[in-house]
Amino acid sequence: MTENDGYFLIALIVLPLLSAVCLMIIPSKERTLIVGLTAISSLVMFFVSVYVFMAYSFDGSTFQGVKSYPWVENIGLLGENGISLKVGIDGVTASLVLLTGIVVLPGTWVSWKIQHRLKDFFILFYILTAGVYGVFVLLDLFFWFLAYETALLPMYLLIAVWGSTRKEYGAMKLMMMLMAGSIPIFAAIFALFAEVGLGTFDMEVLLSASKDEDFQKIFFPLVVIGCGTLGAMFPFHSWSPDGHAAAPTAVSMVHAGVLMKVGAFGIVRLGAQMMPEGALFWGPALVALGITAALYGAISALRQTDMKMLMGFSSVSHMGYVFVGLGTMNVIGMTGAVLQMTAHGLMTALFFLLIGAMYDQSHNRDLPNFSGLAKQMPIWSVFFVFASLASLGLPGLSGFIAEVHIFIGAFRSYPIVGGLAVLTAAITTTYLMRALAQSFFGEANPKWDSLNEMTWIERSGAAVLVAAILLLGLWPSPWIDRIAPSLSQIPGLMM
Amino acid sequence: MTDIFGQTLNLNYGLLLPEIVLLLSSMLVIGVDAFKRQLKVSGNVPVGLALSGLLVALALSILQVNVDEDFARLVQIDSFTSFFRILFIAITLVIIVGSHEYIEKSVSHVGEFYGLLLLATVGAMLMASARELLTAYLAIELLSFSLYIAVSLARSDQRSGEASLKYVLLGGVASASLLYGLSMIYGVTGATQYHEISAVLSAGDTGLTTPLLLGLVLIIVGLGFKASAVPFHMWTPDAYEGAPIPVTAFLSATSKAATIALLLRWFGGPLLPIASDWQFILSGLAVATMVVGNLVALQQVNIKRLLAYSSIGQMGYMLMAIVAVGSGYASDATSAVLVHLAGYIITNLLVFISVTHFFNQTGQEEINSFKGLAQSNPYLALMITAGLFSLAGMPLLVGFFTKFILFQAVVSAGHLGLVTIAVVASTVSLYYYLMVIRQMYLYEPEDGTEQWKLSLTGYLTTLTLFVSLVVFGLWGTPLYAAADAAASMF
Repeated sequence: MTENDGYFLIALIVLPLLSAVCLMIIPSKERTLIVGLTAISSLVMFFVSVYVFMAYSFDGSTFQGVKSYPWVENIGLLGENGISLKVGIDGVTASLVLLTGIVVLPGTWVSWKIQHRLKDFFILFYILTAGVYGVFVLLDLFFWFLAYETALLPMYLLIAVWGSTRKEYGAMKLMMMLMAGSIPIFAAIFALFAEVGLGTFDMEVLLSASKDEDFQKIFFPLVVIGCGTLGAMFPFHSWSPDGHAAAPTAVSMVHAGVLMKVGAFGIVRLGAQMMPEGALFWGPALVALGITAALYGAISALRQTDMKMLMGFSSVSHMGYVFVGLGTMNVIGMTGAVLQMTAHGLMTALFFLLIGAMYDQSHNRDLPNFSGLAKQMPIWSVFFVFASLASLGLPGLSGFIAEVHIFIGAFRSYPIVGGLAVLTAAITTTYLMRALAQSFFGEANPKWDSLNEMTWIERSGAAVLVAAILLLGLWPSPWIDRIAPSLSQIPGLMM
Repeated sequence: MTDIFGQTLNLNYGLLLPEIVLLLSSMLVIGVDAFKRQLKVSGNVPVGLALSGLLVALALSILQVNVDEDFARLVQIDSFTSFFRILFIAITLVIIVGSHEYIEKSVSHVGEFYGLLLLATVGAMLMASARELLTAYLAIELLSFSLYIAVSLARSDQRSGEASLKYVLLGGVASASLLYGLSMIYGVTGATQYHEISAVLSAGDTGLTTPLLLGLVLIIVGLGFKASAVPFHMWTPDAYEGAPIPVTAFLSATSKAATIALLLRWFGGPLLPIASDWQFILSGLAVATMVVGNLVALQQVNIKRLLAYSSIGQMGYMLMAIVAVGSGYASDATSAVLVHLAGYIITNLLVFISVTHFFNQTGQEEINSFKGLAQSNPYLALMITAGLFSLAGMPLLVGFFTKFILFQAVVSAGHLGLVTIAVVASTVSLYYYLMVIRQMYLYEPEDGTEQWKLSLTGYLTTLTLFVSLVVFGLWGTPLYAAADAAASMF
């Protein structure tokens, strides 16, 4: 990646913000214009994301495409480059940028059928998108945190205005828990700045500066708790099922697909990369929490009847793998964790897209209410079965590649945990197969004869995600070649 | 000229021109209003006079930005003073322009009202510039007395008189305590000049620890009252609720900022040598203020009371910075608190002026009367939302930037614990701001979706404030640079 490719990284933040501003100017009754604008901007973001991913290749430097513009410097506590608008990516963020581009595209498409205040929805949706891209590409802690909070802020209105089931409760719970989660991150950022004492929030400088070992041991858990809340880490996950059940389709897709990964990524960037000794010290705890979450989420999912609640708990379980992978502190496990972020993002986005496509017609998501859906909505069912297979880790699909890495990593460091992780995969199979058997096959329930097949827009959206899942499952090396070398730069990491 | 001690005095009256202009125009406004029948002037003359006085004073203050001189050893015109002069004049300007319809409609004695606002502005300016205890005290009283009266001027609202009475009684006690405290300090050090007090105190043990500490405590009580620090905050919600909304805005902006200016002058100057004696008291006050202010706000149903408690909470954050001043970070903490103060004031004015216009239209100030505002006036709903989010320190708005800088300064001074409490408190605050936002966006309006618009001046002021909210939120450098220049004298 050349230095000038940094402009593309800036474009990733500017594009969604610019679209939001343009939308503000367009009158709300011009639906065609709104749809056209969002179509173009989501497509451009997608291609820029793909380009950024393709352009990145590991060359030994920590970050590539670095562009820096001084913002506030030499005032008060801030020294040289105190706060600067700085962008750059490593292998981990390259793959997460790609994930965002892929998920936002169908997310935009399926939102076009929203009737109530479409324009306002997209304004908030693109502000959220800008925040997510910002977290991945920004290399200055001030702006990083700004982007982090920007990604959370629109969630409240998106869920509370456009959501369903218990939307006000879900929105408020999600908002307050995520904001509470940012408290320890806030504290850790300040402490990091003061500990390094160079008067700068530049992450590259902070990354390479030496930090006291005790400092790392104290502040690593704060980062894990803060970012873990957003990543739905057990026991800070309880907003996730409620929030997902309440959120509108596209918001669920982006939230489970990308925003939860922002949390896990925070642990990589602020935690493992910034405080490696703290991460080594607390690795076992992270693994323990991760495997608990994986088992707990899977077992809870067994009892769910609401499809979105099922997916909410399933997400908790799958994110548990991510934390196991991160906690192994070996390259293969951590690579698996980042792969799992991508794999889970794609697969969950597909799930929520499908559930939304059906819920918009039936206004019912209770699994026991349905049976024989495969007769009424065959194409929809095919997609759903595909998503389930990806979720339970069928070889050839994205989940398998990620989980294999995590399991190997876990077996290397903690054999028992590896065993438990495999057990979790078995439970996952159970709850997914049970749902499929109950609702998709068997006698068709005449009550749902009126259900229509997915629209072409929804099919195209699902197809994009399916293609990505297949690509990652069958040809993972573009991802692994980018992620693994970047992670192996973390000091103290085993192979 | 020399004083009785034979020291040469600098009597350059030019230094005080902004204050003199404001005083004259305030007299003129009151006088013209009193004789308006005889003079046959139109109703717009008082507001015109007040505004032109403010504009001239603003221009004069801007001209004096680079001055560093004292006037007769009573006030010091330096970068710090200039920062606050410009801030205070701008606040009064914005309040008058933004809410003159309200003032014409719902305030009795319009001429006196404008005159009192100008007088209060002069008081606040002198509080920031005083370099001597008695001048500072007189400035406090000028500000307070003007506000005691202004609070009572809400037409046909019985709460207004009650609020004023409460404010004047408690304010009187606080002033007495402050004055007594100042006399103790004078008794111990034999000086009223800040720099002389500082010299005496830093020279070492005065041998008079008890009166010194007593004086310190009395001063903190008196200023704590003015700053609405818990447990001296009881008057705040009542005064805020009863006062005409522009006065509430003035109380929450100028009056608070002037107190902070005075606190910085005193605790960063004459009292800095005994920092270890007051730091823990102020830490306690800061924690109590943040926690109580934000928790009690949760159960408010009246928007003015909600904003009162929210501003109490905000004062807690700023008191925290005064603690940092005592930890040897005088200059950095001062610039951080000034930048936060400026951001807070921009935000608070936006909220208050929006609420004023809401009240003009609907005559209501209950939180649930904001139902469906996003449909009946989407513009105003957006303004209030932006303001409340900025108060909560949400990103893309100035509140995020200033809070970040403020908290960072306090952490760097070694008070991570305080900041952690502050961050928790500010997360709590998000909840009650969301309760207001929820009313506007989630519910249908009660009495139909009839759309209404703001007046031209309403759009002008809110839009200006909103633009500065966003611009400084994304690019806070000019604000921070100004604050840093103002803090350079510490």
